[in-house]
Amino acid sequence: MKKEIRICGFGGQGVILAGFIIGKAACVFSDYNSVQSQSYGPEARGGAARSEVIISDEKIGYPRPIGIDIMAAMAQEAFDAYRGDLREGAIIIIDPDLVPRNDIGTPIYRVQVQKIAEELGNKIVTNITMVGALIGITKILDTEAVKKAVIDSVPKKFKELNVNAFEQGLEAGTNARPE
Amino acid sequence: MTFERDPVRIRRVLGDKVQFIQGDMAVAYGGLLAGCSFFGGYPITPASEVAEGMARLLPRVKGTFIQMEDEIASLAATIGAAWGGVKSMTATSGPGFSLMMENYGYAIMTETPCVIANVQRTGPSTGQPTLGAQGDMMQVRWGSHGDMEAIALCPSTVQECMDMTIECFNLAEKYRHPVCLMTDGEIGHLREKVVIPDEDEMDLFERVLATIDKDKFIPFSESQTRDSKVPDFPTFGSGYHTYVTGLTHNDKGFPATDKQPDHERLILRLTSKISDDREKLTSVEEIELDDAEVAFVSFGASARPCESAVWDARKKGMKVGMLRLKTVWPFPRDVVTKLSKKVKKIIVVEMNLGQIYHVVKEYAVKDCEIVLAPKVGGDMHLPHELMEYLEVSN
Repeated sequence: MKKEIRICGFGGQGVILAGFIIGKAACVFSDYNSVQSQSYGPEARGGAARSEVIISDEKIGYPRPIGIDIMAAMAQEAFDAYRGDLREGAIIIIDPDLVPRNDIGTPIYRVQVQKIAEELGNKIVTNITMVGALIGITKILDTEAVKKAVIDSVPKKFKELNVNAFEQGLEAGTNARPE
Repeated sequence: MTFERDPVRIRRVLGDKVQFIQGDMAVAYGGLLAGCSFFGGYPITPASEVAEGMARLLPRVKGTFIQMEDEIASLAATIGAAWGGVKSMTATSGPGFSLMMENYGYAIMTETPCVIANVQRTGPSTGQPTLGAQGDMMQVRWGSHGDMEAIALCPSTVQECMDMTIECFNLAEKYRHPVCLMTDGEIGHLREKVVIPDEDEMDLFERVLATIDKDKFIPFSESQTRDSKVPDFPTFGSGYHTYVTGLTHNDKGFPATDKQPDHERLILRLTSKISDDREKLTSVEEIELDDAEVAFVSFGASARPCESAVWDARKKGMKVGMLRLKTVWPFPRDVVTKLSKKVKKIIVVEMNLGQIYHVVKEYAVKDCEIVLAPKVGGDMHLPHELMEYLEVSN
């Protein structure tokens, strides 16, 4: 098994943390190898940002993705900029409220992760909701391993909010169908 | 300055044994594990996370972090701390490494044990701050003026960022020499799994301190207490009278700048203390070389796509292997010469326009073809780009 995953959005949304959690779930709380890399502009906030994770049951040589198997986008600019290297049959997940122009002629998963986060009381957990949705859709990792990585990676006082975000994202993802 | 390395406290501060962290942070972890208690630095992308890590971690093990006014002062402070009796380090990237060259030479001349992590980015000048490169591989060897040896290690994984930082400290202490960890923006910002070694899984070389009678002590000669060209260390404040200068000095440490034999004797000792041990202190990894007809030679980040290319080539039935230089300086000459006698072609892969390529060429036998696979601009080679070098040769 080898999956190359890209999570993208705008700077400040927490796409790097989202990728970090998936990478950590894979190599610390599961038995895979994983690497996480990132690229972003000089701005601390705003601008397209992306976080990329490779998960493999074999040693990972070249540490950057060559063809994306799974892409999750949380901003239009990032969706437009970062989908040039998708593999055929790649799983695409977007939040239609954040990526309104998403009709690209292939089936994609649409999950309103920001809306879920807002209903939980804070849209800051949109990224964690997206991690849940991604795992629900792709089932690439054991959900308990990812939950452990979420708990391990967020401030203690926001543990409950983040776990809720993850679980609701997971449920939304599990129920989502590509259209 | 005194510091008691506390292995239990260090591990409590570092946290879980298995972590998913960036290469830069792993450098900071390696420093802590080695017993480093002083960091003098100036933040610079892509090395800033080393300073951030040290700023956060060092006070918790009773160490000292100082942000200096620039990189010249950063290495000066690091050298001063070493003379004060502790293990010390700094971290920087290209522009800062250029500023450090003056004090790098001073550390070599004064036989100061310390560690410099250079998280390389593209240059010249300020170049591409956020992107990785391997353009300082000759600067670390020859960037300071005069005749010298260099010790430089190149990590290819985040785990190696930690392990090699510990090794850098060991070599610095053993040879009383500034040792450089030549990592890069790619590995520095990459996150991977690291496993923090237990105390019994680590070998630490501790500084050999002067113990001889104070009136018989000679600070800059071969050791007076063991068979070594490296003198025992007279920590400032320990009562040993020592004069430390970057000028050519006699074995008492006093300037002796006008006679050829004094300088020759000093420089031959400073260089041969390292070159005598060259093959012993260098380390390489051999991958699929047993039956290889073509070999990649690489190091650091660029060894990653090389290894992928080796696997891809093997799947196609091509007899390809690679030699990964974990130590680049001193250059593992004998290993490269031996490899060149075995394979028909060597492809040197590096993120610059050709630096280590020339050294491989120097030590390879004449009938082995040596080809350069350069790349600049902040991106690593892609594995399939490297495959093309193989295909040309067939």
